[in-house]
Amino acid sequence: MASSGTRTLVRGRIGELVLRPDGVPKVTGAFQFASDLSREGMAWGVTVRSPHAHARIAAIDVSEAAALHGVLAVLTHADVPGRKTYGMEHHDQPVLAWDEVRYEGEPVVIVAAVDLETARLAAARVRVHYEELPVVTWDDGIVLRHVPIRHGDQEVSAEVVVSGTYEVGMQDQAFLGPESGLAIPAEDGGIDLHVATQWLHVDQEQVAASTGLTLEQTRLHLAGVGGAFGGREDVSMQIHASLLALRSGRPVKMVYTREESFYGHVHRHPARMRYEHGATRDGRLVYVKADVLLDGGAYASSSPAVVSNAATFAVGPYRVESATIDATVTLTNNPPCGAMRGFGAVQVAFAHEAQMDRLAAALGIDPVDLRIANALTTGDRMITGQLVEGPAPVAELLERLRAMPLPPDTAMLPSDQRDLPGGLANVTHGEGVRRGVGYAIGFKNIGFSEGFDDYATARVRVSLVDGAPRVEVHTAACEVGQGLVTVLAQIARTELEIADVVVLQADTLVGSAGSTSASRQTWMTGGAVRLACEAVRARLHELSPERHVEETAEHHHRPTVPLDPVTGQGDSVVALAFAAHRAVADVDCELGLVRVVEIATSQDVGRIINPIQCEGQIQGGIAQGLGLAVMEEIQLGAGRIRNASFTDYLIPTVLDMPTVRLDILETPHPLAPYGLNGVGEPPTIASTPAVVAALRDASGIALARVPVRPEDLTTSSSSVSSS
Amino acid sequence: MVNGTARVADGVLESDSLLTMLRERLDLPGSKGACEQGECGSCSVYLDGVLVCSCLVLAAQADGHGVLTVEGLADGDRLDPVQQAFIDAGAVQCGFCTPGLVLAAHDLLGRHRDPSDLEIREALAGNLCRCTGYEKVLDAVRLALARRSR
Ligand code: FES
Ligand code: FES
Repeated sequence: MASSGTRTLVRGRIGELVLRPDGVPKVTGAFQFASDLSREGMAWGVTVRSPHAHARIAAIDVSEAAALHGVLAVLTHADVPGRKTYGMEHHDQPVLAWDEVRYEGEPVVIVAAVDLETARLAAARVRVHYEELPVVTWDDGIVLRHVPIRHGDQEVSAEVVVSGTYEVGMQDQAFLGPESGLAIPAEDGGIDLHVATQWLHVDQEQVAASTGLTLEQTRLHLAGVGGAFGGREDVSMQIHASLLALRSGRPVKMVYTREESFYGHVHRHPARMRYEHGATRDGRLVYVKADVLLDGGAYASSSPAVVSNAATFAVGPYRVESATIDATVTLTNNPPCGAMRGFGAVQVAFAHEAQMDRLAAALGIDPVDLRIANALTTGDRMITGQLVEGPAPVAELLERLRAMPLPPDTAMLPSDQRDLPGGLANVTHGEGVRRGVGYAIGFKNIGFSEGFDDYATARVRVSLVDGAPRVEVHTAACEVGQGLVTVLAQIARTELEIADVVVLQADTLVGSAGSTSASRQTWMTGGAVRLACEAVRARLHELSPERHVEETAEHHHRPTVPLDPVTGQGDSVVALAFAAHRAVADVDCELGLVRVVEIATSQDVGRIINPIQCEGQIQGGIAQGLGLAVMEEIQLGAGRIRNASFTDYLIPTVLDMPTVRLDILETPHPLAPYGLNGVGEPPTIASTPAVVAALRDASGIALARVPVRPEDLTTSSSSVSSS
Repeated sequence: MVNGTARVADGVLESDSLLTMLRERLDLPGSKGACEQGECGSCSVYLDGVLVCSCLVLAAQADGHGVLTVEGLADGDRLDPVQQAFIDAGAVQCGFCTPGLVLAAHDLLGRHRDPSDLEIREALAGNLCRCTGYEKVLDAVRLALARRSR
């Protein structure tokens, strides 16, 4: 492609409003989600799960199930040919339990049959004899990882001290598309697994290890993903379907039901936190002490990394002279917890932001002023000792947020009954309704931390199709709904000045792209696509009808180091991203009902790559933060989930979700391609504490736990104390 | 009748829902199942012109009745204006909720000439979306309304 000065730029570059390429199939129903796949001769797989939170397995009898007409395979731990355990970092989770089950819903037996009904029938005929064991929960969990941080003078005191204890309930990702996939036995004795996941290569490694296949024989292909939010980072049905397909010689499909999905993936860690903040009388933070306890549930999953984040971000985006943080994650017989949007930063943000408000009240200072006065900025050090090198516009975001207009105050005289908290269910005239406003800010790391080199790979090929150049972008990066396929094409167009760009389906036939998590994919795989395009561009003169040009590139972020196990010091994070939220809420203080009226946000995104998708990430992330604030919790009793359905586990509907007022800041990040920054997670961090701050403001109640329940708003008891 | 064509489904079990029949027996997987309990609206279809959760309707109940699924909404390659508005407004992320939301919006536009914001929200309240926070879904409905009144 010879460049000429007068050439017009191709459309659909970065920064432009580009519509997603899968939009049409998604609105017509033609888009194939993993649960929509089918093949000739396909069998169905079903999982038999433990009904107990903790039990010894005395015996497993599959004879009756196996004898059923139409059953193709009934497998136990004895049928796992390779490694009998899996896990992303620690391989501690049995593919199928043998001696013990450690959480309710743990897989014990898998069944394949010619159709789903037969498979379910067979599963019901599997006899497992359990001997129940004591259930370990919160109070007696085994420490999996403890992350201490000792920053500054440890023997400090302060003029003004506030303390409080806070709790966060267990949240579910509640992606709408259930866990599903189709495993197809291949002629080479291997397997082609089409699956909805967040990270193909980490699945591939685990499937290969447990099936005993080589990596080459274990080919994973991304199938349509119906949302992820961290819940697909761990393996669910991948190994099971592969084992069943290999044993039965048939394509085997597995689709979890909604109930099963609550058992089939990890959740957000519930947290118990004790905080103490010390400040000078004029509002300078002197120290923060925090004890953070996360319940990791039965297996490790990504708990070690989540607890590291909880420690690293424990004080919020503030400058503080001294910090004494002890963050611990334990193993219990509760459901395993792991990755969910915000990853450890969410839990502590609820506490540190409540503390900042308490401190402001104790000092008689405006809460936003107090935050601005202590705002972290470029050139400061985090409590881990790491220098903040990139942008840290904490004060600016708060100033901008505060300057945004407030919605009209209709709390006292709503024009429509439906505008009352609780809507038509509210039988009052609104006489008990009070309005509150709350602010919060949060931050987190972008990309994996603590020495993990989570590189991404991209292969870019340019060929001539009917005389016109076409670009094919091939990566293993998972599109989960966020719009990565749009963005990767925009990057290729920008770099190559070629309009016709096709992003191929992600699979393991190209190198790893790392996980679609940690808000990293546009940065990392986007960066790899850019590098590959640059290499291709340098060779475009070779392009001819007979000859394509292809290059593969890897993008690595700067190296990081693990936190010191004693002091918690170290340059452990790649980059940071920030977002501030303001919530306005009406509370019916007599009925305990809530209506969030508006959420406003200022978020720094580095650089907008696609405005409509960027906004979509922010709005959707805020909805999940609102959910945690007022309704979402997996309720547990002695390790058992009591609300494994969308009837009992509520997520926000369009009636719960208010208008979002957006203010998007673009401060180029010097380390990232194009100056972009991660966008997906920051909206889910401070939105929760902002909503709760508004509820406190309206109700006058301390509210130390999320989700806030109606009864919390009508009683004035609270576990928060002040000294 | 499904999407204007008479269809005979083989192997339908007595216990099959309309959703199961559509997806598994009639090769129409456009309608989604995210809860199979009537909570999410992903499985919405028209049954004789009335929007229903197909997971709550027995397959046998649809026998002899007219079903319109998301697959039948477009006119060949010409998208329904609601479908186009969803794309243009950025109301589609993962898309799992989309078939249901598109039909709910389509139903609203068929019933209302000029719905208020609250009426739009009420019409969509039976459809869960986990990705978008609904803002752009509302934008899509408003866009479809604005285009219609042009
Ligand atoms: S699948 Fe029918 S309402 Fe959820
Ligand atoms: S777009 Fe994913 S659930 Fe709505």
